[in-house]
Amino acid sequence: MSLNINLEVKNEILCIRLSGELDHHSADELREQATAAIEEFHIRHIILNLEHLSFMDSSGLGVILGRYKQIKQVHGEMVVCAISPAVQRLFDMSGLFKIIRLEPTEEYALQRLGVA
Amino acid sequence: MKNEMHIQFSALSQNESFARVTVAAFIAQLDPTMDELTEIKTVVSEAVTNSIIHGYENDPNGLVYISVTIEDGLVDLSIRDEGLGISDVDEARQPLYTTKPELERSGMGFTIMENFMDEIAVVSHPGEGTEIRLKKHLSNSKMLCN
Repeated sequence: MSLNINLEVKNEILCIRLSGELDHHSADELREQATAAIEEFHIRHIILNLEHLSFMDSSGLGVILGRYKQIKQVHGEMVVCAISPAVQRLFDMSGLFKIIRLEPTEEYALQRLGVA
Repeated sequence: MKNEMHIQFSALSQNESFARVTVAAFIAQLDPTMDELTEIKTVVSEAVTNSIIHGYENDPNGLVYISVTIEDGLVDLSIRDEGLGISDVDEARQPLYTTKPELERSGMGFTIMENFMDEIAVVSHPGEGTEIRLKKHLSNSKMLCN
C-alpha cells in the first residue's frame, strides 16, 4: 500500500490529507509536493489531516518537522488533526506536540486558524 | 514450538513496506494485538530504513537480511546489513541524533525501537555492517504463562 496525497489550498492555509502508509519511501513524494505547494501559493499555515493514514514511522516525523520549519520562517502554524493512537505515540515520543497543535477534526483545525 | 523465517532483499526503499508486511504476516500466527502488530511493523520499518540510508547510503546493490524466530509468544527479530557500520552506537541511539539532517531524518529510529520492543541489542562494526536484535513478548502469551 502506498501513500495517497491530497492537497487543498484555502487562503493561506494548505490542507494536507494523507491516506495509506507514510514511510521513508513515500516521504520523498510528500516532501516534494508539499514544498512546491507552500512556495507556489505563499502558504503560511498547514493543516495535516491524518484520518486515513494507516501507517507511519520516524521518516514521517522527519518530513512533518521539515514542513513545520518551512512555515515557521513565515511565522505560520501547523495543526495536525484526526490522528490514530499509534501515530499519536510517535508524536508524543518525539516531542512534536510542543510545536505542532493537535485538533480532533479538520473543522476544529480551521477554526483554530481563524478560518471557517 | 519454534518457528523461524529468513528473508533477504535489495536495499531499496520500496522494499520497506514489503519487509514490515512480511514480518507482520509471519507473526500473525501468534495472534498478536493490533497494537503489537503495529509496533513490530514500525520497528522493522525503522531498522530497514536505517540499513538502506545509513548502512548502504542508498546503494541498491546492498542486501538487507531479516530473520524472525517465534517461540512461546516470544518474537526474536534480527535485521542485518553488510554496510558501513556505526562507529559510535551509543551516540547513534540518542533521541533526535542523526548524521543526515539534510535528508530530514528525525533521529527517532532507535528511540522508537527501544520503546516498542522489550529488548534491543545493536552490534555494529565499521566497514562490516550492523545487526539489530529485537525481542518482544506478546501479551497474549504472557497471560497463558501466568
